[in-house]
Amino acid sequence: MLASWSILLVSLAYLCLLFAIAYYGDKRADAGRSIIANPYIYALSIAVYCTSWTFYGSVGRAASSGMDFLPIYIGPTLTFVLWGFLLRKIIRICKAHRITSIADFISSRYGKSAALGGLVTLIAVLGITPYIALQLKAVSTSFNVLVQYPDVVMPPISSNVPVLKDTAFLVALLMAAFAILFGTRHIDASEHHEGMVAAIAFESIVKLVAFLAVGVYVTFGLYGGFGDLFAAAARSPQITALFTSSDSGYGHWPTLILLSMAAIICLPRQFQVAVVENVNEDHLKKAVWLFPLYLLIINIFVLPIAIGGMLHFPDGTVDADTFVLTVPMAERREGLALFVFIGGLSAATGMVIVAAIALSTMICNDLIMPVLLRLNWRNLAEQGDLSGLLLSIRRGSIVTVLLLGYAYFRFIGESVALVTIGLVSFAAVAQFAPAMIGGMYWRGATRVGAILGLSLGFALWLYTLLLPLFALSGWLPIGFVEDGPFEIGLLRPYALFGLDGMDSLSHAMFWSLVANIGGYVLGSLMSRPGAIERIQGALFVDVSGRSGAFGGTNFWRGSATVADLKTLLARFIGARESDRVLGDYARSRDLNLDRLREADAALVSFVERLLAGAIGAASARVMVASVAKGEVVGIEEVMKILDETSQVIEYSHRLEQKSQELQNTTQELRAANERLKELDKMKDDFISTVSHELRTPLTSIRSFSEILTDNPALDTTERERFLTIIVKETERLTRLINEILDLAKMEAGRMDWHMIDIDPRVVIDDALAATSSLLTSRSISLKLEADPWLPHVYADRDRLMQVIVNLIANSVKFCDDANGEVSILAGQLGGRFYLGVLDNGPGVPLDDRQIIFEKFQESSEPLANLPRGTGLGLAISRQIVEHFGGRIWVEDAPGRGAAFSFTLPVSRAAAVAAPDMESQEAL
Amino acid sequence: MSRKVLVVEDEANIVDSLSFLMKQAGFEVLVARDGDTAIRMMQRRPADLVLLDLMLPRRDGYEVCREIRSNPEWASVRIIMLTARGRDLDRRKGMQLGADAYITKPFSTRDIVARVQDMLSPER
Repeated sequence: MLASWSILLVSLAYLCLLFAIAYYGDKRADAGRSIIANPYIYALSIAVYCTSWTFYGSVGRAASSGMDFLPIYIGPTLTFVLWGFLLRKIIRICKAHRITSIADFISSRYGKSAALGGLVTLIAVLGITPYIALQLKAVSTSFNVLVQYPDVVMPPISSNVPVLKDTAFLVALLMAAFAILFGTRHIDASEHHEGMVAAIAFESIVKLVAFLAVGVYVTFGLYGGFGDLFAAAARSPQITALFTSSDSGYGHWPTLILLSMAAIICLPRQFQVAVVENVNEDHLKKAVWLFPLYLLIINIFVLPIAIGGMLHFPDGTVDADTFVLTVPMAERREGLALFVFIGGLSAATGMVIVAAIALSTMICNDLIMPVLLRLNWRNLAEQGDLSGLLLSIRRGSIVTVLLLGYAYFRFIGESVALVTIGLVSFAAVAQFAPAMIGGMYWRGATRVGAILGLSLGFALWLYTLLLPLFALSGWLPIGFVEDGPFEIGLLRPYALFGLDGMDSLSHAMFWSLVANIGGYVLGSLMSRPGAIERIQGALFVDVSGRSGAFGGTNFWRGSATVADLKTLLARFIGARESDRVLGDYARSRDLNLDRLREADAALVSFVERLLAGAIGAASARVMVASVAKGEVVGIEEVMKILDETSQVIEYSHRLEQKSQELQNTTQELRAANERLKELDKMKDDFISTVSHELRTPLTSIRSFSEILTDNPALDTTERERFLTIIVKETERLTRLINEILDLAKMEAGRMDWHMIDIDPRVVIDDALAATSSLLTSRSISLKLEADPWLPHVYADRDRLMQVIVNLIANSVKFCDDANGEVSILAGQLGGRFYLGVLDNGPGVPLDDRQIIFEKFQESSEPLANLPRGTGLGLAISRQIVEHFGGRIWVEDAPGRGAAFSFTLPVSRAAAVAAPDMESQEAL
Repeated sequence: MSRKVLVVEDEANIVDSLSFLMKQAGFEVLVARDGDTAIRMMQRRPADLVLLDLMLPRRDGYEVCREIRSNPEWASVRIIMLTARGRDLDRRKGMQLGADAYITKPFSTRDIVARVQDMLSPER
């Protein structure tokens, strides 16, 4: 026999143990030796997700709809495994802005809007109330069942007993007391509750072990393992029907998965433990698999327990939601039953405490404080220590939240299953997801959009989910559900606008999310964000891109005295705490705050963030504005600052580019300068060489002229020889000057070219005629081997002849003295006109074959007794040939001597048939 | 015994004119058409004065000058540089290497004969 007092005693003892852990955790945190600073505690605290809904309700769901309990665990698993980056970003943003709740998050993002914070709080409170009711129901039901031990009897409906005798009411008060103890013993600027987190992690272990204990007992104690259990189930037609029938279907699974994916982030208590209480971003790395692992383990025995329960109580008199408890009871396992009750209590307490604390923070910071400040903030700001007021508001909020939960339980909860209640809550908080996630990635999202989306989504949630529940519980005429309000069929809450054939949850989710996202997007697109919204939007979207947690967003122009700020801070978070944080701040910046009179913008911002931790971003802004002399920097001005900043960034970026360009230009200039120097040197050398080349014949001319003048008595032969030399040197001088001019013209591109289509044969003959005297004077024999048909070339006739003459003259010069022989070959080579002039002289050394085509570069082999060339012939020839698109080179002639050759492209006119060419010319 | 003048010059016509002028002035004339030959001839029959062109095949005039000045036996040999290069830089370089005179082409025949006679006169 389990007396109610003994159950109460054990329960109280357990709750005190939790409190002791919390107390110890807080003490350790104060001493700077946190016990929660590891990823395992973090992951366990996130397991506050598993409430009594999981503990009792999963089995109930499994017993009524098979695998349907699973999707709400698949969702969070997906979120953690796939969307770790999203959580990380949320954590970063919250740390950077000292965000203390989801209401604060959304309000901050959309320009620290008090209206939005209030709306989110309202939705959260209304949405979470059923969830809290669910916990109360679970605890009171399990208590009332356990009290009957060893009989398994379903307790009477609560609404039939007076409130003060109702277990659920007592449970609500007890939990409120504990939530107050856990969460509101003092105001913490950072809103960290390390002790609470430690206690939550502990209760997560307790509920897991308790549930596993029942599972193991059923599977291995009552049956011979999973095989035996499922074999027994297979023999029961009722159970096999449950798991094989297809009409329950999986159609609403996507809805459930989507809902729970959103819930794991948007539920205020999940936001509290996973984001606000996170002490180290890196803990997330382990949590992304630890938490899903926890979910997996706690779900292993859901089916076995459900089957065990159904086999045990085949008549259906026992509520499946109680199987976890009633199966051990029926088997007279007193200790196990008590342990299960403690596990369930654990799960419920954990949820209620965290949810109540989270909600109370939101109610205080985002609902009540803004209203109080608006009503009479000047007065409020002038009051003494406000931390007491804040604590009172929060404590009152906790009590209110739990009483609301109780009221919901009392009025509605009895008629609805645990899971259904929970899903209604999920659907409510899922409305936060668009504004929240959108705000982190879409700069253009605005306050108007967020308010519109949230309002529409919430309204539809209210209409399609919550109100029908009231109707089903008899608090509204049932006709509201069946025929629609005022019997308007289109407005039936379960088949809005004729959308039929979906389960009520999917239906509600469809309409509320369509309206929510639609309103959010349209509202954002159609409104212009205010300046603060734009700033906050940028800060949220780019959180990772900014250095440090408190990137320099100091938007205060005016200053405040340090004393004022201290007083303000002390009012809200207490003098000791305020001294401590300001001391830390001063030390980290090497400031002496006692000496400093005027606080700079950084300190003002720091205080604002601290206050934001205590009273929310919107209220903090108002409070700080009340003591800061001068205005908060005007909104337009802030935008200007931001614009200027981005302009400066842009400008420095451009400067960087410019300096890069400059560097390149310098490089180019340097190269050009080098080239110019080189050219200058070449010009110098050229002039020096030219003058040398001109002076040489001039020397001979002058010398012999003077000799002739001074020696009138010279004999005739001698006189004639000297005169001949003078004439020859004069010719050489003339030729030299002509060639220099030619070359200069060609190089400068000022040469007049008379390009025509010509037969090279004619040019060769002319060249031979011009050089015949030269050849005979040195008795050199000449051989001409030309193809009978030579392709025409497109060239300047005189210049082409000049090349051929140059080459012949060159060959003559280098020919063998005794048996000089020059051969001319003309034909085609590789589709081009080819001409070669071969001699039987010494040939050109390999090293010289390139440079002899340069100006004034003659082969280094001196030639005795030969008239010197101008040193320009080959250079000019190369210029001409290259102008015609050809190539000139020298190689060894077969046998002995040098072979100077060039090729020219064949004239295009020559490539087409002659008549065509003529007709073209006629045109 | 007449004084010997070595004409080092690769232009045949200039060699011709210088030979004529020197012979007419009563000197014995030796001719070298390039730098190497000039040194070899100095070794075989040292001249009293060298008319040295600068732009020469194989070893240019500067090298020949340096070679002559580096041999103490030839300390008394006078060197007149003849060049078609008129730049100050070339002149300075020639004088540094120990040339006694630097004459730019085209030169005055009377001038060059006078300079040679002056340098080779017994009074000096």
